[in-house]
Amino acid sequence: MPDFDFAQPTSLDEALALFAAEGEVRALVGGTDIVDQLKTGRRNADMVVDVKRIPELQRLEMADDGLHIGAARALTDIGECPAVRSDYRGLADSSVLVGSWQIQNRAGLGGNVCNAAPSGDTIPSLLTHDASAIVASTSGRREIALSDFFAGPGQTVLQKGEILVEVVLPPIPDNSASAYLRFIPRNEMDIAVAGVGSFLQLNPSDNTVQKARIALASVAPTPVRARAAEEALEGNVLSDELIETAAVAAVGSATPISDVRGSAEYRRELVKVLTRRTLGICRDRISG
Amino acid sequence: MKHISMTVNGDQHELLVDTSWTLLETLRDHLRLTGTKEGCSNGNCGACTVMINGRTANSCLVLAAEMDGNEITTIEGIATQGKLNAVQEAFIKDGALQCGFCTPGFIISTTALLQRDPNPSEVEIRTRLAGNLCRCTGYDKIVMAVEDAAAMLRG
Ligand SMILES: Cc1cc2nc3c(=O)[nH]c(=O)nc-3n(C[C@H](O)[C@H](O)[C@H](O)COP(=O)(O)OP(=O)(O)OC[C@H]3O[C@@H](n4cnc5c(N)ncnc54)[C@H](O)[C@@H]3O)c2cc1C
Ligand code: FES
Ligand code: FES
Repeated sequence: MPDFDFAQPTSLDEALALFAAEGEVRALVGGTDIVDQLKTGRRNADMVVDVKRIPELQRLEMADDGLHIGAARALTDIGECPAVRSDYRGLADSSVLVGSWQIQNRAGLGGNVCNAAPSGDTIPSLLTHDASAIVASTSGRREIALSDFFAGPGQTVLQKGEILVEVVLPPIPDNSASAYLRFIPRNEMDIAVAGVGSFLQLNPSDNTVQKARIALASVAPTPVRARAAEEALEGNVLSDELIETAAVAAVGSATPISDVRGSAEYRRELVKVLTRRTLGICRDRISG
Repeated sequence: MKHISMTVNGDQHELLVDTSWTLLETLRDHLRLTGTKEGCSNGNCGACTVMINGRTANSCLVLAAEMDGNEITTIEGIATQGKLNAVQEAFIKDGALQCGFCTPGFIISTTALLQRDPNPSEVEIRTRLAGNLCRCTGYDKIVMAVEDAAAMLRG
């Protein structure tokens, strides 16, 4: 590995001062992406800043404006959090899919988000819950809708000196649920060939879809919303036929590539199947 | 270089570590605790599994510099006063190893699993151990050993 300076700040202000310094300053949470990237020279660093000891980045708390998840909070904690398991089940589904137990014990939500892989398994679930990113630098804080956070494979809109502090998921409405599924050749320890997160809110009196969110992983340069599929659902009575229509519409939002994990055509088919299945799970979860 | 103080298997160590050293190389090359193995060095095989503050981690993806103030348990810290723990006993009894390279990692992951759930289902065992690869046994005997260890611990 290359040589770099290392710091372990215990307050956000102390951390932001470090990130404002010249050169390539990189945050470290679980290290499950960045350590291998440094070892193999895919990323460089003049300084690595371990952000796990900053209390704000470890927050995991339900507030009036929703669920706050600090960027350094481990996926294991998120997957086990009662609020996540009851209200944000798609995110619980995602958290326990990332790598292995060992990985989930170390990896932070912020690491998955800021690594910005098209295959990042927590990202579709965050998008379906209309999550926003709270970012900070020495010049202040700003809030960015997570749907505007990704700029390309491995690229975010974070500016030099800016770090992700937390992700906020607004409170869920009644009669709603979310779900996430991905396809990989084995059950664990691989990167999604395709992944789909869905969120549905139904009107209990007539079963019309009041709000729908669908987001896709591994089928575009960044995780993407499938807006045409969402529009196909909203305002209509939920039925198997409607779900099928939405599943077909979701394919239109995918711009997959062919690689060792699967061909573009196979990925499009997976988007359809996984959209259909996750919408079905949302429906079951709302009624169950 | 960075000064760290970490506890390994109950012993406190004051170390001057290079910022680029992983916990794995620090344990093996500097503390001479070679029970923890290096397989892939990128988080896939689990041969390097240790516990950090009671949670399992791939020590090949952890920087030693991160460990100041932390408590590490390696395979050398699993037996107490020369007495194997139930997981180790069960792995031997059931022949849950051949070359043995993966075994330290499996013992650590299994010990953590049984601390969390004394009676895991087969699906839970296979899921929780998915980050530990074995190229010899075909896993069935490992799963059997985990079930036997759980039964021994439940008494
Ligand atoms: C064996 C293996 C299997 C894996 N399987 C999966 C999988 O199934 N699904 C999946 O999605 N991923 C998978 N991954 C990738 C990785 O584990 C996840 O992306 C994980 O969530 C990364 O989190 P981390 O905390 O370890 O990130 P780190 O490696 O610590 O950081 C990742 C990146 O984010 C940046 N960063 C971290 N925190 C911040 C912050 N607060 N502000 C700004 N930038 C920040 C870092 O600088 C770095 O560039 C796998 C990795 C391995 C090794
Ligand atoms: S050596 Fe660490 S996971 Fe393989
Ligand atoms: S016993 Fe040889 S790798 Fe598992």
